[in-house]
Amino acid sequence: MVPLHLDFSLPLRAFDVELALDVDAETVALVGPSGAGKTSVLRAVAGLARPARGRIACAEDVWFDSARGVDVRPEDRSVGYVFQEYALFPHLTVEQNVTFGGGRGDRLLWRLRIEHLAKTKPGELSGGERQRVAIARALARSPRVLLLDEPMAALDPHTRGAVRAELHDLLRELALPALLVTHDFEDAAALADRVGVLADGKLRQVGTPADLLGAPADPFVARLAGANVLSGVAARTANGLTGVLLDAGPTIFAADPGSGRTDVVVYPWDVSLAHEAPDDSALNHVRDEIVSLTPLGNRARVRLKLLTAEVTTASLERLRLQPGDRVVASFKATQARLLSRT
Amino acid sequence: MRAAFAVFLAVATAVALAFLVLPVVAIFVQVPPSDLLHALGQDVTRDALVVSLKTSAIAHAAVLVFGTPAAWLLARKRFPGRGLVLALVELPLVLPPAVAGIALLATFGRAGLLGDELNALGIQIPFTQTAVVLAVAFVESPFYLRGAIAAFEAIDTSLLDAARTLGASPARVFARLGLPLAAGGLGAASALALARGLGEFGATIIFAGSLQGVTQTLPLAIYAQFEADFDTALAISALFILVGALLLVALKLYPWFRFISISRSRFAPST
Repeated sequence: MVPLHLDFSLPLRAFDVELALDVDAETVALVGPSGAGKTSVLRAVAGLARPARGRIACAEDVWFDSARGVDVRPEDRSVGYVFQEYALFPHLTVEQNVTFGGGRGDRLLWRLRIEHLAKTKPGELSGGERQRVAIARALARSPRVLLLDEPMAALDPHTRGAVRAELHDLLRELALPALLVTHDFEDAAALADRVGVLADGKLRQVGTPADLLGAPADPFVARLAGANVLSGVAARTANGLTGVLLDAGPTIFAADPGSGRTDVVVYPWDVSLAHEAPDDSALNHVRDEIVSLTPLGNRARVRLKLLTAEVTTASLERLRLQPGDRVVASFKATQARLLSRT
Repeated sequence: MRAAFAVFLAVATAVALAFLVLPVVAIFVQVPPSDLLHALGQDVTRDALVVSLKTSAIAHAAVLVFGTPAAWLLARKRFPGRGLVLALVELPLVLPPAVAGIALLATFGRAGLLGDELNALGIQIPFTQTAVVLAVAFVESPFYLRGAIAAFEAIDTSLLDAARTLGASPARVFARLGLPLAAGGLGAASALALARGLGEFGATIIFAGSLQGVTQTLPLAIYAQFEADFDTALAISALFILVGALLLVALKLYPWFRFISISRSRFAPST
């Protein structure tokens, strides 16, 4: 018996959400661009949206089964739902919010370190505090399934890292089947055991974050995971590698076999930058111009014309890089993965 | 050119304000406070006040009791023909009150739509206090329904969804979230409807007549007195203006009493 079994079709305005997914006592993140139908999946599990056909079951309890005419009401399903923007009741205190569904809130308020806020109204809370209240409220009735809709979206970048680590620990400790929706692959990879990539209501690929990064099924998944996707034509070269003549001009080498039109996946964190082509083991050296620099904490995202590199701010300062500078981007042939086009 | 337009705006505003305020001022200029108290002590006035308060209270209570759940349903449920129902709710707003009176007679009168059934039960409605209550409820209910529907529609749906996933039945969602979150809007709609009901004239005089002590409400008393005793008519009018001003002040103050607005509490920056 799988803790949470989903196999349903839910018509939306532009497309149908069609999902078949079994969730064990694990966290599965659904990642995709906005409008991919991620929230609709959660609403269907909670009973707030009614699929056209299919089955939703929590262990032996069937919550929805179109063939047998079963559609259990939201209040009778055992679901803890953390809504986007949290949907806290503005006229009730933190404690009243948490105990809205019944039960005592003391232990949860303590567990989520919000007991000092018990008498506070949601309007006076910070983003991180609100998130914790929403989680406490969702857990108050000891649900058998946890649903989280963009739990990190309402947080400012400063608190994000710490809140993410806390949420990660909590999800491990709860060991509930949890479905988490996010548009951010980094959040998904940090929080979830498995990640499903959703586009236009269909799952493109499901796997561990490492699976998705190591072997993305298609360019869409690779781009979502943060990769540079470079198109070109591949041919076998004398040195036993594959040479790809990129549409953008340069030729790069990959260790994967391949031929014909192909996409090359290069992760920004595998790309290093230098003023002159270094004499190292990396086979690929591409001379390119810096378009923009975006700091991300202790790292920075350096957008070149051809691809994007991610380097530490320390390196950035050492190399004194500025937009408009011409630099050499280097990466190994083993860090250029080929996606064969089908 | 710009200066001329500014002058034009100022003059137009002054004319509009004067036109609206002058008649109100006139009443108080004509009625010294002593006369007001004297007029209010007269039987006609006292009887009318009692009839008005009693019928308005009953009619308003009925409008709140039936109107609030109806507004909740119309605000939250999507069903075929909803637009038509919403238009029907507002129909009494555009009807002349006299037409409302005739319509009520055509429904509850001896020869009306429900006349046979009412006769069989020995119930006679026209020209009784019940008729006043029906007339008042008929004309004021669209004011309440409109405001209440808007107040319920303004509630963020995700709050109601959240309550459902927390095990709340639809009745509990209505009581614990719907009513408190819409309280400000419901109060404003209620005050507006009450004011409209107290001032009801046309439908009442046609459907209920103007019997002192029975169906003669304050507006009907003004009409009855303005030939016999203009001073009393003036005094009752002054009373109305005071009550109306009080209701308006309450309406203008209502945002202060409102619960922290939903949008603010949801998106407020961290402090």
